[in-house]
Amino acid sequence: MQRNQTLFLKDLPKNMFSGFVVSLIALPLGLGLALASGAPPIAGVLTAVVGGIVVSILGGSHVTISGPGNGLVIVVLGAITTLGNGDNYQGYLYTLAAILISGVIVMSLGFLKMGRLSDFFPSSAIQGMLAAIGLGILAKQFHVMLGLERGKASIAELLLSIPEMVYEFSTKLLTMGFGASFAGIIGVISFCIMLFYPKIRNRYIQLIPAPMWILLISIGSTYYYQFVGKDYPIPEALMINVPESIFAKLPFPDFSLITDRAFWSFVISLTLIASIESLLSIKAVDKLDPESRRSNVNKDLKALGFGTILSSLIGGLNVVTVIARSSVNVNNNASNRSANFFHAFFLLLFILLFQQQLERVSLTALAAILVYTGYKLATPSKFLKIAQIGKEQLLIFVVTVLVTVVSNLINGILMGILTTIIIHLFLNKSVGVFLRNVLKPNVLAFKEDEHYVVSVKHFCSFLNFYQLKNKIDRIPENSNVIIDLSMCQFVDNTAMEGIEVYIDVFSKKGGEIEVVGLDKHGTKSEHPLAVRKLIPFSSIGPIENYLTRRQTQLQTTASEHNWDYRPNKNIDLKALKSFIYFKTKNLNYKYNQLFHKDNDISIFDVEYSEGEFIAKETIKATMFHVKLPFSAPVFTIDKEGLLEKLYHIAGLKDIQIANHPTFNKRFYLSGKNEKSTKAFLSDELVLFLESQPYYHIECNGKALLIFKKERLLGVSEIKAMSYFGEQLLNLIGQKK
Amino acid sequence: MDTKKTKEGFNTILFGFAFSPTLNQNITEVTRIAHYFDAELVLLHVGAYNEQKEGEVNRIINKTEYSDKVKDIIWKEGDPYSTIKNFVNNSEVDLLVLGAQQHETLYRFYIGSVARKLTRHVNCSVLLLINPSIERKPCQHIVVNGLDHENTSAAISQAFFAGHKLQSKQITVVEEIQNSELKISVEDDSSLKKAVKKESEITEREDKRVHQIIDDIPKKLKKDIQLKTQSIFGRRGYSLGHYAEVVRADLLVINAPKNTGVFSRIFTRDIEFILSDLPTDLLIVRAS
Repeated sequence: MQRNQTLFLKDLPKNMFSGFVVSLIALPLGLGLALASGAPPIAGVLTAVVGGIVVSILGGSHVTISGPGNGLVIVVLGAITTLGNGDNYQGYLYTLAAILISGVIVMSLGFLKMGRLSDFFPSSAIQGMLAAIGLGILAKQFHVMLGLERGKASIAELLLSIPEMVYEFSTKLLTMGFGASFAGIIGVISFCIMLFYPKIRNRYIQLIPAPMWILLISIGSTYYYQFVGKDYPIPEALMINVPESIFAKLPFPDFSLITDRAFWSFVISLTLIASIESLLSIKAVDKLDPESRRSNVNKDLKALGFGTILSSLIGGLNVVTVIARSSVNVNNNASNRSANFFHAFFLLLFILLFQQQLERVSLTALAAILVYTGYKLATPSKFLKIAQIGKEQLLIFVVTVLVTVVSNLINGILMGILTTIIIHLFLNKSVGVFLRNVLKPNVLAFKEDEHYVVSVKHFCSFLNFYQLKNKIDRIPENSNVIIDLSMCQFVDNTAMEGIEVYIDVFSKKGGEIEVVGLDKHGTKSEHPLAVRKLIPFSSIGPIENYLTRRQTQLQTTASEHNWDYRPNKNIDLKALKSFIYFKTKNLNYKYNQLFHKDNDISIFDVEYSEGEFIAKETIKATMFHVKLPFSAPVFTIDKEGLLEKLYHIAGLKDIQIANHPTFNKRFYLSGKNEKSTKAFLSDELVLFLESQPYYHIECNGKALLIFKKERLLGVSEIKAMSYFGEQLLNLIGQKK
Repeated sequence: MDTKKTKEGFNTILFGFAFSPTLNQNITEVTRIAHYFDAELVLLHVGAYNEQKEGEVNRIINKTEYSDKVKDIIWKEGDPYSTIKNFVNNSEVDLLVLGAQQHETLYRFYIGSVARKLTRHVNCSVLLLINPSIERKPCQHIVVNGLDHENTSAAISQAFFAGHKLQSKQITVVEEIQNSELKISVEDDSSLKKAVKKESEITEREDKRVHQIIDDIPKKLKKDIQLKTQSIFGRRGYSLGHYAEVVRADLLVINAPKNTGVFSRIFTRDIEFILSDLPTDLLIVRAS
């Protein structure tokens, strides 16, 4: 306990910093999400403040951030307009009552241990629901971003009129000039900032998150006009309106519609989406946690529900766990729940100190952030990814999206589930296998010697995946597990995805899951997550036949050096996962592998991603990997200390090498054991490193990982890196 | 120590047969079983006597290696369930053998109702055969239920007797432990740690209990048989059947549900999992 306390205090500054960075995003997002929901902008920030405080104290997850969620925007907007029946403020008060009740339900879900709720939905239907929410946000905010007026219109109508909006905006800009369309220009610039920000790898620009840059630019432009003494060209109506005193007149939920059917349908939608969004986010953030801790989802649900109740009492929205802000939190080295608390604290500080400045933010700027958020939920690549898993998944996805867009979320998800069931029946051409076995237990798990065996019978789909999940959840993640699916006639995509998540978690924590018994299962797609059905052998598809120029060059280089070259994707990434560098990253696959028959050196391109959701970036980089024939100390050599923090979390200490000031100045050396690391780095080695161009080097004790930059290298760069790696290996080898 | 303990082995075996396509295999197998168990065999057909049919049965019996084991062939008309039950309960029969379909499909009526009812209400042990064959398939691996129950010692000693007689190589005693016994719901890292610790404590305790039962079994029955204990956390009845299927056991031995009390009703539901999806041949031991 004592140790935990000192650790908590030691980590406090970095959690404070991380909470601060997150609050910079949470402020614009909170304002924007509330606006898009039809609620007063400040409601979103209040939600984050209450959520951050309550969940950080009572929650069961570690590095998540809670606040207003984007999934709820469309439902809340619908509730406010429908229940208010023209009077939006009254509608908002009715909606607060619905939010409060949904908070009570979410809290009881936690007490009933329904944290597994999200497992009962087919994965493609959930993806479809999220994409539909994205389209909804995009549709409702696009004209706001361009500063155009649009009357009441449905999501589908708005989506279809986007080209028309662009045309209207550009003619307005050309005919009426800069001043008249200034609001829209701010919107477009803001959107471009969101779009291109991840591409800029400048440390100083990256210090402030993109949404905050947008606020700063929007506010800054008003000061510029004030400074030059001109009127600000954006009308009052398109600026944020913050009440004189935030706490003077708090809205209070109005329960008079409690007998209304529409009211309850909104309560159900709010509950469903709030809990699913939270549960999915918690699951995703657990995957990013560098310490790979397991969140107590039931405890979190209780806290989120309680937070929602409190939030609705002061006019706030549903408190949910949010993925984008959480992933920013992880990337800024948050280590415990206090970061969530500080995020709330700084938000409170902002709205108390900068209330006047907030009034200088234009709605078009906020709408741009939301349009980008919506777009990220429904990017074309999402459709493509689903289509790759299988045509039937695309069908489920599209049905869910369409029904959600033209009807509502509940109908959408119900249709998604129904489509999934029909497709499963159709694929199996049998009702019996499902009917007979759906309610029976179908999973056996036992420990034999030092490993666990998990066997699944009958079928494994979203209908009964929770049974498998229950068993795997009881296995410590550092053990070896064999999941045997050979007695399963049918395995669906939701189950395959669920298993994949476990495989990832186990390998991060030093265990291993091996899935066996799928060789006899047929599938129409080569995707690892595709639906599997027990049929005779299907042939293996062709590997990449068409090589790019770089690939043919690599092939030539390989034959020159007597290496082997393999262009196709390889998802066997076990060797990489144990490197600290990959701790907060999701490895996808490696490809373009160059390797030598006689030694353990390999060079490859690897694709991995950092962060989740709008903060998600996919990175491809070329790396050099070699297995060492002897054990070495765990250390890393890094320039500028860009990754310094990550390594400190992993327990590495800075090390200074005596008598080598140039080395100490150029490189950041850190290691687990100072003495053995120093002994390992001989004078000769240090001189070699000093004289060479910079490479990032990490040793995990058994292998070396070397790369130049977080990007793909050209063929000549690869040659240089391989030369560097081999020289280094020689020097180390000589010493041994 | 244990008054419920049965004497191992059987004296009189009753085989309830029907004129199914597998009659030949059934009779061959059951005479073989009678031979290995050193018991007398009585065949019972529920249905009208018919000379031609009798001829058919006799022809089959005479072709088998151990035809001398057949003591009697009885024909009785009536409802299958009550006829067999009454016959068994009013005779010296101590093992009832029935042919059964592995999965509850075509023979649902028979295995799903008659055999299930019989296993519950006859006062002797029951053996359900899922794939009898003309050629002997050696019984290599026996899985037996090691549940904490007063009749378990009877089932285990019967399993060892059968293993000894059938020259089995391995007997695995499975201790099924309900998850509810853990009293810990795994929600995060620390509850997982606690649960794992508790699991290993329970496993140790259960192993000890089973070993005590096995210590009482005569040495001669344990000769040449490899013993393994396996604890499984999961739904009672279900896990046992699934485990027997996973390890490809040749015979599964369980103790019969007790007839009285609330407990029997709970246990009946557990046996249902095994009966509806027979993993192997199944011997239900009733302590008399």
